[in-house]
Amino acid sequence: MYRSDVLVCAGTGCTSSGSVKLLEKLKEEIAKLGLKDEVRVIETGCFGLCAQGPIIKIYPEGSLYTRVTENDIAEIVSEHLYKGRPVTRLLYKEAEEVNEVKPVNETNFYKKQHRVALRNCGLINPEDIEEYIASDGYQALAKVLTEMTPEGVIDTMLASGLRGRGGAGFPTGQKWKLARTIVPDADQKYVCCNADEGDPGAFMDRSVLEGDPHVVLEAMAIAGYAIGATQGYIYVRAEYPIAIKRLEIAIGQARELGLLGKNIFDTGFDFDIELRLGSGAFVCGEETALMTSIEGNRGEPHPRPPFPAEKGLWGKPSILNNVETYANVPRIILNGAEWFASMGTEKSKGTKVFALGGKINNTGLVEVPMGTTLREIVEEIGGGIPKGKKFKAAQTGGPSGGCIPAEHLDVKIDYDNLIAIGSMMGSGGLIVMDEDNCMVDIAKFFLEFTVDESCGKCTPCRVGTKRLLEMLEKITKGKGKLEDLDKMEKLCYYIKANSLCGLGQTAPNPVLSTLRYFKDEYLAHVVDKKCPAGVCKDLLQITIVPEKCKGCTACARVCPVGAISGEVKKAHVIDQTKCIKCGACIEKCKFGAIIKG
Amino acid sequence: MSTISKIPFAGTGEQEAELKAVIDAKKDQVGCLMPILQEAQKIYGYLPIEVQKKIAEGTGFPLEKVYGISTFYSQFSLNPKGKYKISVCLGTACYVKGSGDIFDKFSQALSIKSGECTPDGKFSLEACRCIGACGLAPVLTVNDDVYGRLTLDDVPKIIAKYPE
Repeated sequence: MYRSDVLVCAGTGCTSSGSVKLLEKLKEEIAKLGLKDEVRVIETGCFGLCAQGPIIKIYPEGSLYTRVTENDIAEIVSEHLYKGRPVTRLLYKEAEEVNEVKPVNETNFYKKQHRVALRNCGLINPEDIEEYIASDGYQALAKVLTEMTPEGVIDTMLASGLRGRGGAGFPTGQKWKLARTIVPDADQKYVCCNADEGDPGAFMDRSVLEGDPHVVLEAMAIAGYAIGATQGYIYVRAEYPIAIKRLEIAIGQARELGLLGKNIFDTGFDFDIELRLGSGAFVCGEETALMTSIEGNRGEPHPRPPFPAEKGLWGKPSILNNVETYANVPRIILNGAEWFASMGTEKSKGTKVFALGGKINNTGLVEVPMGTTLREIVEEIGGGIPKGKKFKAAQTGGPSGGCIPAEHLDVKIDYDNLIAIGSMMGSGGLIVMDEDNCMVDIAKFFLEFTVDESCGKCTPCRVGTKRLLEMLEKITKGKGKLEDLDKMEKLCYYIKANSLCGLGQTAPNPVLSTLRYFKDEYLAHVVDKKCPAGVCKDLLQITIVPEKCKGCTACARVCPVGAISGEVKKAHVIDQTKCIKCGACIEKCKFGAIIKG
Repeated sequence: MSTISKIPFAGTGEQEAELKAVIDAKKDQVGCLMPILQEAQKIYGYLPIEVQKKIAEGTGFPLEKVYGISTFYSQFSLNPKGKYKISVCLGTACYVKGSGDIFDKFSQALSIKSGECTPDGKFSLEACRCIGACGLAPVLTVNDDVYGRLTLDDVPKIIAKYPE
């Protein structure tokens, strides 16, 4: 028995801010004070509050220490663990109230969250199968194999109302049912997991894989039983080294205990899982492209039908679900479909994990019931916009989604509501933008991405997105004309209607949604040749206010192109023909005499 | 970015033996080409045409297929990387917090464009997509070191950290 458990976040966010060094130091200090047999140090997955990393949590008190540095460790060990006095200066600010610890679950960041898919993240050691089992792990698989028929499993999934968390929101139970029934005499079927997470700005799936890898394995085995497959593949991004390592460990441990492999739970059911590394192609989020990639080819999509449920991986009936979808499955089996369906809105059940990022105070991972409003997420959970800036838009759905303006902040988030306002759920990236972000520039950013990632197989997407990007570039350079806006819109609808796969069909969404809600910004670029947010460099002028300039020459010295001239102690001027608008002079000026606009 | 590297290929016998072992171990598995290319890139650091040819010969796949896959995925590089590989995250969360400017500043300071390597082979620069450390945005990596919450002032400091 240990009297204290010290949980250290070892997810990518905290690892990047140095949690590995903290771990070593913790173990060292604990040994020094002879507490090795009383205090246990555990590496866990993500706590969600990435902005405050590296994070350490100490139980039984539940004290949450944030932004811990190596130098703080000795104090935490000697004060908290040795003498029993929390180090208040390091406690999560909101949880600290005059030397008393406010329960973390009552802080704004956590109190509206409801963790289903993330329930084990930040709680168990992901590299130890025993901890997963202690947290009801593999019980759902046992229940399915010993008490339920495959049809019963599918019925439960249908009744729960779970929809695909990868973005499109296709009912999971229906997908499984098709794969079970459409080819009655199939000799082989496959269960695939999309862990490729291509949305640049989303890290939900990575956190599940890093914090709770077994939940995915268990769910895939359940899916295998339901559709009649004995082999699974996890297609995981090569850029996620920690996730890959933990998946490998998890698969090894599950095989050792007979939870994967032959004759699981002595029921005669065989199921095994292999990892396949994705090598960076956004289009591989599309199911047919992903399967083509697992087969070892260029990840190009092909027309549906036939759907993968009929003819998928290696021509066999296959299903593909995303990591977060799988993470819900064991809970649904154990707690029942009704329990799951009691959360959320009429057509979107359960919870959704969002990767909250951009101009927001509490960057991190949040899981909320469907139907939570954007305002609750941004203002309450997210803690609002830093530096008192004004909210401009929230972007959901990544390169396939759209920008949601302030007027729609009270929309209840679910699949259908987001589509109605021109965005989409997507995999769960939620990027907040403030008044300093230019919406035309954001549309251009996403188009650059899709042009890069278009696989080139079909013309509307390959050529259309390129033309669209060129029009946006023209506008951000101040060379756009009014009729370009109409042309752009037409082209958007053409690309949507004619592209082969989801990538092309959704690629114009960032342009359409910004045109819809931020037309005034487009007009400012086209008509006034101005970028209101001051982002598009070609439309900017950097000037020195003569009254404020003290003639200190700091700006002239820092200018990389020698565009600034003037005598010492006299007002300087910028030669606009030479200026490259790098902004170095603005940063250097101590008197606020240089402005852009 | 050129798909055939101008820098002469300098593979060693050891690397070739290692590659051969990988090919022999995997070539009979279905869908083996991607895993082999991934391993080959680990061995050589990149996938020059010379290596692609060896893989084509070793596996029996036509070279055009090997080349097609090597050029399709952004993780595969046909050009060598610098001793210090700078990857600036241009994922959405980092971009809205100004990583585009940070990238431009590196490009300026090192006089190289995305995907290129300095003439002395010391630094290479690339834009990468979300590394999942959005809490630290804007963020970049130099080999395995992660730098977060960056400002433009950090750019020269980071370059100076890698003297040799």
